[in-house]
Amino acid sequence: MATGDRPISPHLQVHRMLPNMAQSITHRITGAALTVGTLLLVYWIGAAAAGPEAYAAAQGLIGSILGRLLLFGWTWALFYHLCAGIRHLVWDTGHGYDLRVTDLSGWAVVGGSVALTLLAWIVGYMVMG
Amino acid sequence: MSDGTPTSLRTALGRVRGLGSAKSGTEHWWLQRLTSVALIPLTLWFAISVISLVGAPYEEVRAWLARPWSAVLMILMLVATFHHAAAGMQVIYEDYIHSHWLRLAVDLATKGLAFLLAAYGVVAVLKIAFGG
Repeated sequence: MATGDRPISPHLQVHRMLPNMAQSITHRITGAALTVGTLLLVYWIGAAAAGPEAYAAAQGLIGSILGRLLLFGWTWALFYHLCAGIRHLVWDTGHGYDLRVTDLSGWAVVGGSVALTLLAWIVGYMVMG
Repeated sequence: MSDGTPTSLRTALGRVRGLGSAKSGTEHWWLQRLTSVALIPLTLWFAISVISLVGAPYEEVRAWLARPWSAVLMILMLVATFHHAAAGMQVIYEDYIHSHWLRLAVDLATKGLAFLLAAYGVVAVLKIAFGG
């Protein structure tokens, strides 16, 4: 199929970056990152099933500085994708397209994801003692 | 239609099916939404559970995952997560990979890996749940 010389619509690069665009792109990037992050989830469950030695190794890996940094990013990506996903589900019902509401919900997603991430880690460290 | 003048070239059967020219309709889109709705409570349950298990010894984590509700919710979360992930990656590939065969190869590889990891995770949970 010859598609090379067909006219194409203006692509991403011609638009000025706006918060909504950045949030939409971030939703995709966090989605793709979480897809890779499932490896960590399955590794953890698999280690728990394999036995005490395997689980201790997994705990050591996840508990290391690099592991914690990865897990912190993983936590934020999860909460961002969750909050932004709920925003998308509301849009799917046909609501929330008003410019003011869209701006507000966008920043609520950013703020909510950061707040939930910090909350999760603060409570996590409190549980660990 | 009542005066016998056709208002569309589409057949009556085609109108009833309502799929347009895409043949497969809105199933992919709908399943992506369905899994996303399911993943809201599942993700929150998972996050709260994992946070309460931070630093817990091996036996405690096993005992938690062996409980029927934990095992069921974890399996449902794994299935919904991998379905949602594969569906989402497919859309990303469709947008950015323009070579048909490369797109097909990458999409199939992703779906194969998603099936593999989901099955591995489910079996691991079942082993803990039934293994005692």
